[in-house]
Amino acid sequence: MSAANQTSAPTSPLGTAAATRLVAEREVSTQVKSKSFIISTLVTVVIIVGGIIALDFFTGNDDDQFTAATVDVVTEGQAHLETAGFDVSDTSSIQEAEELLREGEVDVIVTADPDSPLGLQLIGLDSIPMEEAQLLSVMPTMDVLDGDAADEGLRYIAAMGFGLVFMIVAMGSGMMILQNTIMEKQNRIVEILLSAISARALLAGKIVGNSIVALGQAVVMAASAALGLAVTGQLDYLEMLSWPMLWFVVFFIPGFVLVASVFAASASLVSRQEDSGSVMTPAMMMVMLPYFVVIFMLNNDLVITIASYVPFSAPVAMSLRLFDGDVAWFEPVVSMGILLLTTALVMALAAKIYSRSLLQMGQRVRLSAALKSSG
Amino acid sequence: MLELHDMCRSFSGKQVLHDVSFTADRGQLTGFVGGNGAGKTTTMRIILGVLAADSGTIVLDGSPLTSTSRSRFGYMPAERGLYPKMKIAEQITYLTRLHGFSKDEAISRAERLLESLGLADRMKDPLETLSTGNQQRVQIAAALVHDPDVLILDEPFSGLDPLAVDQILAVLTERAEAGSVVLFSSHQLDVVERLCNDLVIIGDGRILDSGDREDLRRRHGTLRYELTSETDLTWVRSRPGVEVDEAAPAKVLFRAEPPAAQSLLAEAVQRGTVQSFRPVLPNLSEIFREFTADKTQQESPV
Repeated sequence: MSAANQTSAPTSPLGTAAATRLVAEREVSTQVKSKSFIISTLVTVVIIVGGIIALDFFTGNDDDQFTAATVDVVTEGQAHLETAGFDVSDTSSIQEAEELLREGEVDVIVTADPDSPLGLQLIGLDSIPMEEAQLLSVMPTMDVLDGDAADEGLRYIAAMGFGLVFMIVAMGSGMMILQNTIMEKQNRIVEILLSAISARALLAGKIVGNSIVALGQAVVMAASAALGLAVTGQLDYLEMLSWPMLWFVVFFIPGFVLVASVFAASASLVSRQEDSGSVMTPAMMMVMLPYFVVIFMLNNDLVITIASYVPFSAPVAMSLRLFDGDVAWFEPVVSMGILLLTTALVMALAAKIYSRSLLQMGQRVRLSAALKSSG
Repeated sequence: MLELHDMCRSFSGKQVLHDVSFTADRGQLTGFVGGNGAGKTTTMRIILGVLAADSGTIVLDGSPLTSTSRSRFGYMPAERGLYPKMKIAEQITYLTRLHGFSKDEAISRAERLLESLGLADRMKDPLETLSTGNQQRVQIAAALVHDPDVLILDEPFSGLDPLAVDQILAVLTERAEAGSVVLFSSHQLDVVERLCNDLVIIGDGRILDSGDREDLRRRHGTLRYELTSETDLTWVRSRPGVEVDEAAPAKVLFRAEPPAAQSLLAEAVQRGTVQSFRPVLPNLSEIFREFTADKTQQESPV
């Protein structure tokens, strides 16, 4: 075999970029081809689409008819509402209408509004009366009695959505990096890999590959949500969410690279799956923190604002603030700058830890030792 | 020719390699022997560039190693390792591509090599479904698929049945005859003795001796003689300066200084017809034991 093969041996080793691409390619293809990945992705899609449909079915139309209290609405408008299927009761003053709304007698107040194309304005109690408005052929103007203009319920769903997607995806891919890295160490294939390519290329390939998978998952989740909203005819929500979602993706990429670097560096410190628990905890906390911050501190503006600058929670918190809309133009830019800088630093550090502890077998490598030892 | 000059390496303050120097020639198998923890694996990892040395140089054919020359190295680690769930053909193709081959070239190389190793019908099977012997063949494929110029094998024969040892040996000999440097470590000294012309002995991070196998055997250990005769030889036991290791009525194996051995031979000739008389060189295990014994003596606080 040697005589025939000797002609085409490569004259130079694979460059870091090419090696990175190959490793990334393998990471992506082995994961995407695995049964568990396909099944869990399908389950996620079903849960999201089904969940939105179910939510719409159980909450939206529990009454077949919406009830509206009208104030100062002309007969033409009254007729319009009735054709649209509202159960209309006329009231003499706005105070009376408000009382009916607060007591839950009616779902919405309808008043005259010269700025509206229909001449009507819909007022909800504490959320934008989106569903009611959709019954009308032309969008009316809308307002709420209590709270901000933004929909509290929707805000909570958006916060939970961003938080959950980031947590689920980062945790899933992070665990995958952790397992693969330890597996490579445990199997000693890492020695063969390192005899061909550098530890840096191996780390970079792992991060790139898993980031692609993670981003893909996030996109699939977003698309499922969009599909669910489209099926239930709630496209307006989708419109409201599209900008924050784009920002979320922009923040997600460096945010995930940061998480991936931490997971890979942590994993390189141990050489057996049984020991993974001890190094996994800090990385896991880092991934779960943003979710709990946005869920429990949703109404604490200060905490959310701080969280939107902390690199680990920025992807979730800044997306939420962008959804709220009370963000100066430079804020996401500054936050992104901090995130990018941190990611670059953590990556450099991770590369150092990774290349130094990858070949140390047996006992867990101490972090300080990995940073000190001379390679 | 691969040359190591004064390689030193410490792990967290403890020096594990002390000025390790030796050479491995092209065209033959070089055995690298030493006890557990002697520094074999560390040395091999340094040659491969997987680990950095604290000091020292490695020279291949007169020029220092570069990443380009290292890309033509093949490695088989002591503890076997490949991806257990990956299909074997895919796996070997991937490793070949990491060595810089194009995709098509890597695929055809992997297939050809696996076929030649008798794995043609297992190409699409994940590694973990193969028997130990077949996994071992895949491991060899991983070390050979890029036509390495220098082959470094850490304990390639451990845990293998004689048939598998012969198969691997055939492959290694073929590589050596094609002009590659083939260096392998082992603690199975009888195997190394049978296979290698050149030996490097390492103990406690220091090269104890290296060179041609026969030279080593002549230099070290105690020389013994074997004498066979048609007459009874039990009288040998009573001669001064002679220590008999094995004795049958017509055959003795004894240790003695050359003059004593010669006079013993003369006496044997007088007593009857001598069938044979020959020096017996120590085998590798004995040399190895001698080195270990030296060390124990040095260490014992007398």
